[in-house]
Amino acid sequence: MLKTYTNPVYDYVRSSDQSGEAITHHPVIIVGAGPCGLAAALDFAQQGVNTIVLDDNNTVSVGSRAICFAKRTLEIVDRYGCAAPMVAKGITWQKGKVFFKQDQIYDFDLLPQSGHKQPAFINLQQYYFEEYMVNRAAELPAIDLRWQHRVSHVDAQAEQTLITVETADGPYQMSCDYLLVADGANSKIRDLLGLESKGQVFQDRFLIADVVMKPDFPTERWFWFDPPFHPNQSVLLHAQADDVWRIDFQLGWDADPEEEKKEENIRPRIEAMLGKEVEFELEWASVYTFQCRKMDNYIKNRVIFMGDAAHQVSPFGARGANGGLQSVENLAWKITRILRKDAPQALLETYNTERQHGAEENILNSTRATDFITPKNAISRVFRDETLRLAEHYAFARSLVNSGRLSLPCDYQSSAIISADNFSAGIKPGYVCQDAPIAINGKADWLLSQLGNRFVLLINSDDSPPELLQNLNEIATDLDILELTTSKIGDNTLHDCQGLVAERYQLEPGQSYLIRPDQYVAARFQQTTVGDVSTALHKALGFELNEGK
Amino acid sequence: MSKQNLITDNNFDNGDAFYAELTEAHRDINSQQSERLNARLVLLLANHIGAGTVLSEAIKIASDVTTEASPSIQKSAE
Repeated sequence: MLKTYTNPVYDYVRSSDQSGEAITHHPVIIVGAGPCGLAAALDFAQQGVNTIVLDDNNTVSVGSRAICFAKRTLEIVDRYGCAAPMVAKGITWQKGKVFFKQDQIYDFDLLPQSGHKQPAFINLQQYYFEEYMVNRAAELPAIDLRWQHRVSHVDAQAEQTLITVETADGPYQMSCDYLLVADGANSKIRDLLGLESKGQVFQDRFLIADVVMKPDFPTERWFWFDPPFHPNQSVLLHAQADDVWRIDFQLGWDADPEEEKKEENIRPRIEAMLGKEVEFELEWASVYTFQCRKMDNYIKNRVIFMGDAAHQVSPFGARGANGGLQSVENLAWKITRILRKDAPQALLETYNTERQHGAEENILNSTRATDFITPKNAISRVFRDETLRLAEHYAFARSLVNSGRLSLPCDYQSSAIISADNFSAGIKPGYVCQDAPIAINGKADWLLSQLGNRFVLLINSDDSPPELLQNLNEIATDLDILELTTSKIGDNTLHDCQGLVAERYQLEPGQSYLIRPDQYVAARFQQTTVGDVSTALHKALGFELNEGK
Repeated sequence: MSKQNLITDNNFDNGDAFYAELTEAHRDINSQQSERLNARLVLLLANHIGAGTVLSEAIKIASDVTTEASPSIQKSAE
């Protein structure tokens, strides 16, 4: 049915590990070349760790699937070097309308803060998102991406993992220090290991219809509650690249998925919605139910689950792929440092704790949206409908209208490796850094492009004695000192050309931020000293955790 | 026990007038319309209060079965 996109076909290639002699060993093997598996390979490549990615298929996503990518995700993939083609191809949007029955009740504009490299959101079909990551991976010798290599057996030993891989040339075995599993919501490897993802199945069905059309309405997010053309249910309309529009019809639990998927049944629904005069072609359709669930522990010995295999949410609020990538970037730097022996094994567990927290937040938000869209009983329906009626005239009620809270990165404030403090200004430890325009070596650039992949101490070095900067530099090879100045402009110092770093970070002379390789604030210092920075770095690497001592 | 934020001592400037106005608003409407009116009222007042702790305390007290009328009282009232 796809007319605007042809899936690339990636050939099976025999690898040198298939010689049939000794079992070869690798530091990191990743299962699944979806958004999370590919992101993991790209993240490790940025940090100098070689990976093998195994995928049982020979192409990217079939069908558009995840379409909404949030700013944080774009910042992450920008660090990998592949945000530009995504933003160029995707639809950047910030406006939307909400309808109830026959009326538009309000419109909104996300009014994203200016002075950020990445837009608030783009809509882009998942196959493009994956294809651009595959293209980027091909440029990086650290990534060995193997299509049509299917993992059939996993032996999760205490300190390494042995896997069997099936190919057209027969099976072969490999061992690895870490096996990262991103083989999707119905993870076969999770089943192989007898592990479970538990939660709630929602008793509802949704029809996704991607249609190709050139209508005269703007590229906004339109959401209908109980519209006349689809009574008692909700409908979402959202633009994607190539003049493809995503239409999402809530169907109810009693709908027959096979019947609903048929073009002759989809067409009348769309005609009722858009009017008979609008010309469109049906691009792709799918009927889905959804679940909010997660594993109690993402780690089994040295096998680590990521993405939908680890935690799954309903699509409202775009927290599946976006949440998945936040898990990936949380994990990659930790394993890198454990492999380098710069961090204790105990650091790995903080992936589980920090991202359990992330998944809980995503599941909570997505469950609330689902409950608003599909009220669970008569009185919930009354509250929902009255909220919508009030929203037409009163701003407060708009804040309660929930058709999906848009994905924001969660914070790790209470994490054991974050040095919390009591200052209210700036960006608190446990929160992700905000972007801002800067100049470096006389050229305009972005703050986030200077951060990540290693620890950074961002310091306002106005009035800082040179000895202090010298001594800070010697704390660790994994720690770069990044000077932000207003007065002197030397090599590799950041110039806060629009004053937005000062505004967002409240960074006074002598103050500094310790920033993790995933661009989260680990600690900050009112008065920067070598001792305090060393202690916070030690803590961020997990040396103060129980088994880390 | 932590301090309660919800005011449960008398805080009305004119309780009788409020009560009359509330029942008057429901006088000529059916129970479905009443349900909707009550929902709007709850939403409006909840936004006015705003503070999550106060709202939680109110929901807890309102959900507490011991504050509901006992079956015998309900029967005698009919």
